[in-house]
Parts: sequence; structure tokens; C-alpha cells
Amino acid sequence: MKHLIFGFFFGLTATFAQADLKVFATVPEWGALAQEIGGSKVKVYNATNAFQDPHRIEAKPSLLAQARQANLLIAAGADLEIGWLPLVLRDSGNATIQPGRPGYLEAAGLVNRLEVPTTLDRANGDVHAAGNPHIHLDPRNVLKVGEALAARMAELDAPNAAAYQAGYQSFAGKWQAAMARWQKEAAPLKGVPVLVHHASFAYLLKWLGMTEVGALEPRPGIEPTSGHLSNLLARQQTLPARMVLRAAYQQEGPSQWIAGKTGLPAVLLPYTVGGTPEAKDLFGLFDDTVQRLLKGAR
Amino acid sequence: MQKSFAMAALLAASCGANAASDADLAAIRAQIDDMKKTYEQRIATLEQKLVQAETQAKTAPAPAAPAAPAAPAAPAAPTADSRPVAAAATGASGFNPEVSLILQGQYKNMKDVAERGITGFVSAGGHDHAAGAIEGISKRGFSVEHTELVLAANVDPYWRGQAILALADGEVEVEEAWFQSLAIGHGVGLKGGRMRSGIGYLNEQHPHKWDFADAPLMYRAMFGEHASYAQDGLQLKWLAPTPVFLEFGAEVGRGASFPGTDRNRNGAGAAAVFAHIGGDVGVSNEWRAGLSYLKTKASARGAHFEDINGAEALGSFTGDSATWLADFVWKWSPNGNPKYRNFKFQTEYFSRREKGDLTCSDDEALGNACDPLADGSSVSSHYKTRQSGWYAQGVFQFTPQWRAGLRYEQLDSGTRDFGVNAANLVVDSYRPKKASVMVDYSWSEFSRVRLQVAQDKSMQGITDNQLTLQYVMSLGAHGAHKF
Repeated sequence: MKHLIFGFFFGLTATFAQADLKVFATVPEWGALAQEIGGSKVKVYNATNAFQDPHRIEAKPSLLAQARQANLLIAAGADLEIGWLPLVLRDSGNATIQPGRPGYLEAAGLVNRLEVPTTLDRANGDVHAAGNPHIHLDPRNVLKVGEALAARMAELDAPNAAAYQAGYQSFAGKWQAAMARWQKEAAPLKGVPVLVHHASFAYLLKWLGMTEVGALEPRPGIEPTSGHLSNLLARQQTLPARMVLRAAYQQEGPSQWIAGKTGLPAVLLPYTVGGTPEAKDLFGLFDDTVQRLLKGAR
Repeated sequence: MQKSFAMAALLAASCGANAASDADLAAIRAQIDDMKKTYEQRIATLEQKLVQAETQAKTAPAPAAPAAPAAPAAPAAPTADSRPVAAAATGASGFNPEVSLILQGQYKNMKDVAERGITGFVSAGGHDHAAGAIEGISKRGFSVEHTELVLAANVDPYWRGQAILALADGEVEVEEAWFQSLAIGHGVGLKGGRMRSGIGYLNEQHPHKWDFADAPLMYRAMFGEHASYAQDGLQLKWLAPTPVFLEFGAEVGRGASFPGTDRNRNGAGAAAVFAHIGGDVGVSNEWRAGLSYLKTKASARGAHFEDINGAEALGSFTGDSATWLADFVWKWSPNGNPKYRNFKFQTEYFSRREKGDLTCSDDEALGNACDPLADGSSVSSHYKTRQSGWYAQGVFQFTPQWRAGLRYEQLDSGTRDFGVNAANLVVDSYRPKKASVMVDYSWSEFSRVRLQVAQDKSMQGITDNQLTLQYVMSLGAHGAHKF
């Protein structure tokens, strides 16, 4: 009997000791990054996939159940998930992942953001007070977020701290090399003017030195209207773009319409991990993005 | 001032440099040194301020509530790209709560029915003869029912608070005012104050979140004009640590609202329990099911009855009221991305038992079956009812901006045992029905206009064809939506 009880408790502690750091990522790119850094030490749950608009999903029951058990929540931040994450956090009954606690990390807070509005008025559409939240498409930002994420993982799971630091170092090394390769490959893209569906690519374009000459959405978050698309078409004479970009989760209709009228290539970009079959991980995401842009620019 | 003086001195000094004596030169040097010192001091102060600002920004916790348009968290040094927002939260005003204001109004075309109610169900509006006694249900033409003001913020690291005030002509009603725990952990959530109960599915939702212009008949029959059960009390919820969503909740409270009454006593006037289960099916489907139970008591709950001769009688109920609720919601969207296309099915069922005594009297003192001589006499009897109802609705969003929906509902007046008062009062037996079709258009997440056509047979012998044109606009903070 005594042995049984002892065995039970030993078994229990053993299970806890083996328990992984449970990471709840609101978007796939940060889930993938946590996996790169944590490897087998972490169990990652992605709240959204590449075909879901992270602005517009709901605080569904499955998210609450997952948030309840998470040790670390990594969000894009800058109000990207404002329509659902605050509710998930509050109703999760999980104190460790509340904003302000070590278990809560916002990626956008770690980097310089673009398009920070000088005035806040919804007449300008669904503007984000803290700036454009789609920061991950500049690979330099991925590195910054990775460093903070590794530190946070080490803080929350001290016994594996060394493993997280090593995981980050190894990732950072590969990432630096890959960045050099992407920059070299993407050299012909410098200065190429493009149209975008939504302001999802601001960081990508800045990194590659491309220029955005217009967005299909008349205002952020407002669906493209025929009037606005016609204006863009007219502008093509004076301010010609060379391709139309959209993310995997955005409707293809508007970019196809522009493409049909102008002959511009409509380029679908994975936007995040899983957006295309090639974008299996963060490296694949950038490999594929650069390849698709190069193809579009030809 | 100092600067211009120094500049003038410098200018004068340079002009008259040739003629300047050693003493003059020394004076000029002293002045220049002074100037240098002043500027160095200023620069040092500025630098110090900058360092302070940077460290503050770095050590500041992540914006407390993601919903608040808080200051950008911590860019190391502001660049041309990440300029701070002009209206960025600075100083004490940065702690102002998230504010949102809901504008809602309508145009309604329907029959003019005095004392609109639901046949076979006691009116939750009490016994009121005034025209349009049940606000919002019986108003025809143009109307702005009420304007909802929502204030919310984190109180501190442990609590969050929210108040929802309904502003109407000549009154402000506190619809909800509660605090909620943030730091208990272990899946536990504690809420206290005035709140909409967690029973059912629609109960917690305010009118601007409804998919139709009005609440289902069943909610009006259960809870009256607000179509929601709210009370002052405490709610404890626990979310199980399971991969499937499993949530349990219990509430105790004052129980002052219909079907209970305010009873001036210690202890709890009403108690509720609920359980929710839910999850995903594949990537495109999400669902939630719930079962709830509400138990409360009424003391002299007045309602209007009709006596056997068609005269009016006041019936006062004293006894127990127990309600069971079952709800189910299923949502579908391609790849789980509801932005462009989605479908939502929702259904709820309720069953209520009431048991106690009914006192039939004549508050008009005009004489009726319970008070034939109009001398103020009354008749008390046993009272026992068992009633039920349900609704089912589907809403399909077929483009990002357009949605269409269909709702069908039916109630059953069930068994109504009035004891000896059955000889005095009319005991209606009826199955109220209603069918509604709606189409709505949203310019953005924050504005919507809706057209609804309904055939309402909730009153025996009346078929009321209703047309509602409604708008819902929300200003201010972007509130997150419950599933």
C-alpha cells in the first residue's frame, strides 16, 4: 500500500516534471518561432491559421479551453486581436497569462512600428492606435521578438533556461544567414511599386525597399468598393504599380479585378506560416514570399 | 532673453574686437563661459529627461488593457516611422477607462394593441394601465429606445470593472455594474455587482449584439421587457483544465427582478447554476451547448388577469419559480475565417414551473368575480403552472457586409392550475408563435442597419405583421465580442 501511494506521487511529480511549457500563440508566425526556440521543451497551440483574418475571429470555446492551460501567451499586439483576445484572457481564469504578467508577451511592443497614426479617428477606418501590427514580415523584427521570447521562456521555465537560450542562438545563426540570402535574392525588388489589399505588408515592403502605391481597401478594415478600385485603376496611368499583393486569408476578388483590368500579376503571399504549401515554417515563409515577389516582378 | 543678450554681447564684442582692452576681453570670455555653462546645463537636463522617459517606457508594464488605446509600449527611440500618437495616453488621463457609446434606434410599423403581452403568460411588466406600459415593445413609429454607455477598465492587477448605463428620457438605468477577477487563476472567475446572469445563451448579450431587432418571445415571457435576467449578486465560474471547453458557474443574488420580486430579506433571493460545453469540429465549425437552472421566489407579484366576465382583476402570486434553460449554438465559416462568409445557428428552450398561492383582488374597486360587491374582498387559491417555449434561428453572412436571417419561435402556455380561482379568472390556453426574417448591412464592424419583417401571433386572435428598420452604431473603444 505504502509503495503504491509513493509510486502514485512519484508518478505524479514525474508527469509534472515532464510537463512542457504550454505556449498559446494568437498567430501562426509566433507559434512557429516559439517552436524554433523551444523545440521539444514546448507545446505550442496556434489560435489562428493562415487562412483566418486575425482581426476577425471570435472568442470561441476552444480558445478559452486552450488559454486556460497556457503558461505563456504570445500575441501580435498593437490591437490586432482586440476583437477577441481580451475576452479570451479574462474568461480563461488563467492569472499567469494576463497582460502585465510574465506569461503575456506582445510582439509589436518589442519593435519600432510603422504607420503609427497621429490622430485617432475611426473615420480613417479600423486604425490601430499603436501602429501597424503586422510586424513579422520584416525578418529583423522576428529576431528581436525571438530574443525576448527566449528570455521569457527561460524566465517561466527556469530548469530549461539554457535550452531556450541555445535554441534561440541556433535559430538566430540560421536566421542571419537566411536574411543575407533573402536580401541578396530580393535585390531586384528594390523600388518596385505595388498595390496591396490591406496594409498587411508594410514591414515587408520597407525591408525590401519596395514602395506601396495604394491599398485596395479604401480605409483599413473597410472592404474594397468598386469606386475605390476604379480610382486605383485610373491612378495606374500616373503612378503605375507592378503587382497586386494579398495575404492568403484575403479575398481574391478585388486583386483579380485589378489584375484583369491592368494585366498586372495578382500575387498571393503566404503572409504567415501555413499560408502556402511552401511556407511550412518561418524560413519557408520568407523563402516563398521572396520567390513569389520575384516571380511577380518579372 | 538671456540668449539674445548673450548673442548681442557676442556681436558687439566681435565688432569692437580691435579696440578691446584686456579687461574687455576677459569680460567677454566670462560671458561666453556663462553662456556655455547655461547651455550645457540645459542639454544635461534634456538628456536626463530623455533617459527617464526611455526607462519609464521600458519598465512600464505592457498596456494594461489591450482594448485601451494605450501608449505605444516601448520603441527604444522614436523614429520617423513610429511616432507616438498625438493623443497618446500621458499623465493621469491615460488611466481613463475605455468608453463606448451605443446608438440604437428604430422605425416600427405594427398594430396598435393596448397592454401588449403574450397570451397565456403573466406579464412581467406588472400591472400598469398606462399606454405603452411595456417600453420598447409597444412603441410604434420612430423611437430611440435607450442609449448605452459602457465604461470599463482594469482596476488594478487583480480586478477589472465595467458599468453599462442605459440612458433614456428622464432616467439613467444601471444595467450592469460589476467587478471581475483577473488574478485568481486555476480557471476560477469571480464576478460581483449587478450583472446579467450567465444562464442561457442570449441572456448576457445586450440588444446591440442581437441578430434580430427584438428578443425572442421566450426571453420576454421569461424575464420581461429587458429580455434578460439581471440581478445584484455574485457569480463564480470555473473552467475545467480540459482540451474540451467545459465551464461551470453558480450565482446568488438579490433576485429582485421578474419572475421573482424584491422581498426585503437577508440571504439570497435567487440562485442560478449553469454548465457549458463546447469546442471545434474540424477547422470550420465551432459549437457551444449549455444547461442552466434559475430558482427564485416571488412575494405578491402582481399581474393583470381577466375575470370570467371580461372585467379586469389583479392576481398576486406568492411562491417559488424555477426555470430550466437549454441552449445550443453552432457556427460555421470556411476555414474558420468568418470575415467573408459565415453561418450561425442558435436555439434555446426553456421550461418554467411556478408553485404557490394566487390572490385575486380588485384594485380598481369596480367589482369583479373576486370582489363582486366592490368592497375590497379577495379570493386566495392554490397556483401551479408549468410552461415552456423555444426558438431557433439561422443567420447567414454571404458577403462581408450583408447578412440574412430567419427565426421561428413558439411558446406553450402549458398547464395552469389556479385552484378555486379557476372559477373566477380566465385561464388562457394558447401557443404563441412568431416568425421573423431579417436582412442587415454593415458598413464596418461599428455600424449596421437592419430591416426585419415579422408575423407575430403572440396574442390570441391577433396576427400582427410587423416591420422594423433599425440601426446600431458603436462609438469609441472596440469591445470584444462573446462567442
